[in-house]
Amino acid sequence: MTTTNRGRLLLKNSLIYVLLAIGSLVMLVPFAWMLSTSLKESYQVFTWPPKWIPDPVKWSNYKTAFTSLPFGQWFNNTIIITVLSIIGAVVSCVIVSYGFARFKARGRSFLFILTLATMMLPDTVTMIPKFYMFTKFGWINTFYPLIVPLFFGKAYFVFLLRQFFMSIPADLEEAAKIDGASTFGILWRVILPLTVPAIVTITIFQFNDSWKDFMQPILYLSKPELYTLTLGINFFKSQNNVQWNYLMAASMVTMLPSLLFYFIGQKYFVESITLTGMKG
Amino acid sequence: MEKAANASEYTPVKTKRRLSKAERKEERTFYLLTGPWLIGLLIFFAVPMVASLWISLNQWDMLTPAKFVGFKNYNTAFNHDPLFWQSLKVTALYSVFSVPLGLIASLLLSLLLNQAVRGMRLFRTIFYLPAVVSGVSVMVLWMWIFNPQIGLLNTILGYFGIAGPGWIFDPHWALPSMVIMSLWSTVGGSVIIWLAGLKGIPPSLYEAAELDGAGGWQKFKNVTIPMLTPTIFFNLVMGVIGAMQTFGEAYVMTKGGPMNSTLFFNFYLFDHAFQNFRMGYASALAWVLFILILALTALVVKSSAAWVYYEGERN
Repeated sequence: MTTTNRGRLLLKNSLIYVLLAIGSLVMLVPFAWMLSTSLKESYQVFTWPPKWIPDPVKWSNYKTAFTSLPFGQWFNNTIIITVLSIIGAVVSCVIVSYGFARFKARGRSFLFILTLATMMLPDTVTMIPKFYMFTKFGWINTFYPLIVPLFFGKAYFVFLLRQFFMSIPADLEEAAKIDGASTFGILWRVILPLTVPAIVTITIFQFNDSWKDFMQPILYLSKPELYTLTLGINFFKSQNNVQWNYLMAASMVTMLPSLLFYFIGQKYFVESITLTGMKG
Repeated sequence: MEKAANASEYTPVKTKRRLSKAERKEERTFYLLTGPWLIGLLIFFAVPMVASLWISLNQWDMLTPAKFVGFKNYNTAFNHDPLFWQSLKVTALYSVFSVPLGLIASLLLSLLLNQAVRGMRLFRTIFYLPAVVSGVSVMVLWMWIFNPQIGLLNTILGYFGIAGPGWIFDPHWALPSMVIMSLWSTVGGSVIIWLAGLKGIPPSLYEAAELDGAGGWQKFKNVTIPMLTPTIFFNLVMGVIGAMQTFGEAYVMTKGGPMNSTLFFNFYLFDHAFQNFRMGYASALAWVLFILILALTALVVKSSAAWVYYEGERN
C-alpha cells in the first residue's frame, strides 16, 4: 500500500468516527440530561446555566418518586398485564399459525387474506364498539380488555409464525405421525423446539406493545390503583407543579425493563425486525 | 356414446369433489387449530367494524338510545367543522415531513453504520437505543428537553448565544418539535431494516459497476438505490400508516395545542369520543381516517410498480 493510499484510508476512517461520534452524542445526550435531572435537588432543577453533574447526587429521588405515588403498584400492574398478554399471544398464535401453515382446508387462503387485512385497520375504527362491548361485559376497570383479546391471536404474529413454520421441513412431522403422535404432540415435541427464535421474537414484540401501551389503559383503567406505568407517568406529569427530578427518575425506571429486555434478546430483536422488514 | 353424453351432462352439477376421509380430518384439524382466531376475528374485528360503520350514521352518547341521522356526521365533518380540516392538515403536514425526513436520515445513517470500522456494534446499539425505550417516558423526556427556559435544547443553543424558540409552547414550532422528536426516536428502527437491505446487495453488482468505471456516487445512485427500493417501499408504507395514527404525542405533550397546532386527527377523534361523548361523530371520523389510509396505501402500492425493483421478478 502506498503512503497516499494509507493516508487516504486514515482520513476516511477518521471522518467516519467523527460522524459516528456526533451522531452518538445526539442520541445519548437526552438520556444523560434525563439521568442528570433525575439526581438533582428540586431547587437545582431550575438553576441557569444548568449543572450537568448534580451536587449532591440525590439517589433518594428514586425512592421518593416511588413512595410519594403508588409507582410500585403501577409497576406490578404493568408486569401482570404484560406477562399474561405475552402468554396469551404466544399460546394462541402458535396454535393458529400452525393450523394455517400445515393443514389444508376449504376457505384457508380466504381466511389468511382476512388475517392480513385486519392489520390495515386503524385501532380507532373498532375502538368505540369495543369500548361499549367491554362496558357491557363489566370489564371497565379490570385488566381483561388488555389481556383477553390476545388469547384469540394477533394477526401480525400469526403471519410471522406462519412464515416461520413454512420454512420447517415437513419430513420431521411425517416421522412422528407414523409413530402415532397426535397433532398437539407433534406441535409440542417436534415443532416448538425448532420455533424458539420466532417465539422469542413475538415475546419481545408483545412485551413492547403491552409495556408501552397507552391508548387502551386510558380507555379501560380509570382508578389510580389500577394504572399502568404509562398512565402513572402521565398522571405524575399532569399534577399542578411538575417536579421534573422525580418525573425523570420515574421515567428512567420505566425505561429500564425495555433496555434489559433488549440487551438480553438483542440478537433475536435485530433479526426479527429484519425478518418482518423484508417480508412485510 | 349416450352414456358419455349423460356423464358430461352430469359433471357440472357435481361441482365439489367429495373429500376423502383423510382430507376431511385435515380440514377439521385446521378449523380446530384456527378456531380461537376465527372467534377473535368475529368478536374483535368483524362485529365492531360493522357496528362502527352503523354508529357513524347515528347520533349517540352511549348512555341514551342512538338516533339515526344518515350521513349528517360526515356532512358536519366536511362542511361545518373547521377543526376537522385543521386536524387533517396537522396530520398530513406531520406525515409529509416526518416520514421522508426519517427515511433520508436513517438511510444516510445506515450507510455510515455499514462501514467496516472497529466498534461498529457499539455504535449500532447506541443509535437503536431511543427506539427501544420509545413511548410515554420518551415523550415526557422530550417535554423536558423542549422546556423553553431551562430545557436541554435551549440550553445548548444558549451556549452559542442563540435564544431558542418556545418549541412545543409556540404554535409555529410545536409541530416541527414533534417531527424532531420523531426523528430522534424512530431512525434507529429503520436503520436496522436498511442495514439488512444493504447486506442483501450482491457485491458482484458493485464490482461490475467498478469495472465500468463508476465512482462512489454513481455506484450509490445506480446500484444501491435501485436495489434498496423494496426496503424504501416497506419503510414508506409502514411510516405513512404509523404517522397518520399519531396519538400519544398530542395527548401527553400538548393536548392538541397551542392554538390547535398539534391537533392530530386521532387525538381529535378520541377527544370527541371520550370527552364529549359524541360517539357517532367520532366513528365517522374513524372511517374517514380508515379510508384515507387505505387510499394512500393503495396509491403507494400502485406506484410501486414503477419504482420498486424486485430481483426475483421477471418481466
